[in-house]
Amino acid sequence: MKVVVGLGSCGIAAGARKVYDVLKDEVKNNRLDIDLEITGCVGMCHLEPIVDIYDENNNLERYVKVSGDDVLGLVHKALAKEEEGSHKISAVDEEALGKQVRIAIENCGIINPERLEEYIERGGYEALKKCLTEMTQEQVIEEMKESGLRGRGGAGFPTWFKWNAAYREKSTPKFMVCNADEGDPGAFMDRSILEGDPHRLLEGMAIGAYAIGAEEGVIYVRAEYPLAIKRLEIAIRQAREAGYLGKKIFGSNFNFDIRIKAGAGAFVCGEETALIASLEGERGMPRLKPPFPAQKGYWGQPTNINNVETFANVPWIIRKGGAAFAAYGTDRSKGTKVFALTGKIKKGGLVEVPMGMPIKEIIYGIGGGILNDKKFKAVQMGGPSGGCIPAHLEDTTVDYESLGKVGAIMGSGGMVVMDDSTCMVSMARFFLDFTRKESCGKCIHCRLGTKRMLEILERIVDGKGRPGDIELLESLAVEVKDGSLCGLGQTAPNPVLSTIRYFRDEYEAHIHDKKCPSKSCKALIRYDILDNCIGCGMCKRSCPVGAITGEPKLIHKIDQDICIKCGKCYEVCKFDSIEIR
Amino acid sequence: MGCCGAKELKSHFLDEAVDLSKMDSVIAKYKEVKGSLITILQYAQETYGYLPMSVLEYISGETGIYSSQVYGVATFYTQFRLNPVGENLIMLCKGTACHVNGADNIEEAINEELGIKNGETTDDNVFTLNNVACLGCCSLSPVMMINGETYGSLTPQKTKDILRSLRKATLAQREGN
Repeated sequence: MKVVVGLGSCGIAAGARKVYDVLKDEVKNNRLDIDLEITGCVGMCHLEPIVDIYDENNNLERYVKVSGDDVLGLVHKALAKEEEGSHKISAVDEEALGKQVRIAIENCGIINPERLEEYIERGGYEALKKCLTEMTQEQVIEEMKESGLRGRGGAGFPTWFKWNAAYREKSTPKFMVCNADEGDPGAFMDRSILEGDPHRLLEGMAIGAYAIGAEEGVIYVRAEYPLAIKRLEIAIRQAREAGYLGKKIFGSNFNFDIRIKAGAGAFVCGEETALIASLEGERGMPRLKPPFPAQKGYWGQPTNINNVETFANVPWIIRKGGAAFAAYGTDRSKGTKVFALTGKIKKGGLVEVPMGMPIKEIIYGIGGGILNDKKFKAVQMGGPSGGCIPAHLEDTTVDYESLGKVGAIMGSGGMVVMDDSTCMVSMARFFLDFTRKESCGKCIHCRLGTKRMLEILERIVDGKGRPGDIELLESLAVEVKDGSLCGLGQTAPNPVLSTIRYFRDEYEAHIHDKKCPSKSCKALIRYDILDNCIGCGMCKRSCPVGAITGEPKLIHKIDQDICIKCGKCYEVCKFDSIEIR
Repeated sequence: MGCCGAKELKSHFLDEAVDLSKMDSVIAKYKEVKGSLITILQYAQETYGYLPMSVLEYISGETGIYSSQVYGVATFYTQFRLNPVGENLIMLCKGTACHVNGADNIEEAINEELGIKNGETTDDNVFTLNNVACLGCCSLSPVMMINGETYGSLTPQKTKDILRSLRKATLAQREGN
């Protein structure tokens, strides 16, 4: 019998480490006949910790929301072949998993990321071997062209085109760089691949390096992902020992090695030229293109940069052929895309679906709908550079073109769901606050423009908005876009523009009526006690500032001058007697 | 850093006397490898818990990288801090998912309980609060990480309880020593 515990970052946060430790002790102390393994994240974060049990015939039984206290009972029942129902994954969740098409994360949550053999068993490094022994560099690039793979990091630039440009450069050495500096708050697919299937990234990079003629690879990974770095280090060591990295790989004349460079935290380093500056030990500030990195990149040499998810697709494409990949998706957006489904959603996690799937199918079909069955309001696509898509456009399909048409972007695949308690003005303020902090400061329009826009948004949510603020935001947005050198500034106004486009009435309510329709902006709401108050005194006791008065069994009252609108009374009232106005 | 601007700058940061020789091995290793400044700084922060001014100057002197450049890089990236932190570093996630699920209320609860705002340290040096962009545990939002341990699905009350028990444990340990 084999027992596999999911030890991705999210699983560990949910308590999977304890589950693993308890099991490990039990196996050791009682000499149980169990192979205990670990794996990465299968993407169903809402069900963590997850324990997979394979019987002697390799039949899988998946158990979810397991805790350190009940894992032993569960395993012993499985050993004794007794039925255990309480933690079994539900049919609905199984079905949601079945609706996905997994290419980039096909091994995540299945193999042990710290064991090379398990990767090999699932076809690992076959694609690299095929490239090195059967294909020319041009043929590899041609295969990528046929697949139609576009960059999964944000901009969606065709991968083959970048590879071809770097391949055509004569100057050597060339560099193959992986951007693993996942900075979009709300997206974590790259982390999941790094933690769950690190060899796949190495293989994808090696194939790309062969195609462009690079002998050195660098993975620029966030220092905030310690587990990912650890697993990458293990994988690189294993690949070197097995001869998949190093000199004369698979007996060919191709030499390639990879090293890790830990980034130090800067969203702007997702931009290629900023990333290169950071690799060179400088402040991560972008520069004008051209020259493109393919011409003059790392240390002035031809450099190709792709993101983690892009590389993770490459081995599959080579193994199964570009046409097989292109069979998924739409006319111009081929293949699949991993989305990080989060926010007010019942079943958050990672989902990989073919491009062209309608948003509502992802939210309801896979995500199980809105948390607490509230009303779906909008979904933010593409993080701080993207835009929101309102509920009435839920039929929009996820592909580069359709998303662009409605004012959002694919970005790295963050998908944050919002219900009717989320204020869209406050949301725009949140994103501007982020981009303002992350602006590197090089371009005046980005450095100061985002700050001015943030100030306007802050005064609107504070109830001090002025007539004309919406128009001012719109004109500033255009200037910030035009006056910025890199993607950060050029896209920073997007969340503001798209919320104005679809929720202009909310902005107007804040500015003219001094009301927050979602009842979430503190300066614009008040708490009142209704007539059905039974005078239990719970609210009075919980109020931190003593704003509530009233005798037992009589209707209580909130003094609006003292109230700090913390909402504690609202939370503790068991009789729905407190209203937010 | 001897000019008047540098003196003004230094007045903002605590400059303890630290053992500079701890940096020698890593400087020797990376001195000739161009583009290694960030790696050296990461090592320094791991060693001292933060980047003391004297260490920045030492790195500059030993590697020949201008001190302005060292300071520029040290202040550009969010990972680096130029002041020491308390024994327990609270990393409060302010990512999009956490924001939607009420991270602001959690921050308020921390402010209330500890009397510190983002970037500040409690007087007894037990806690420092740092807001961070995203911890990548979005489905457990709102989330905070303290000393590498992640606490998810927070409520204001749960947050306060966690902080209280951590303070108790930290103070008990201090007494024990």
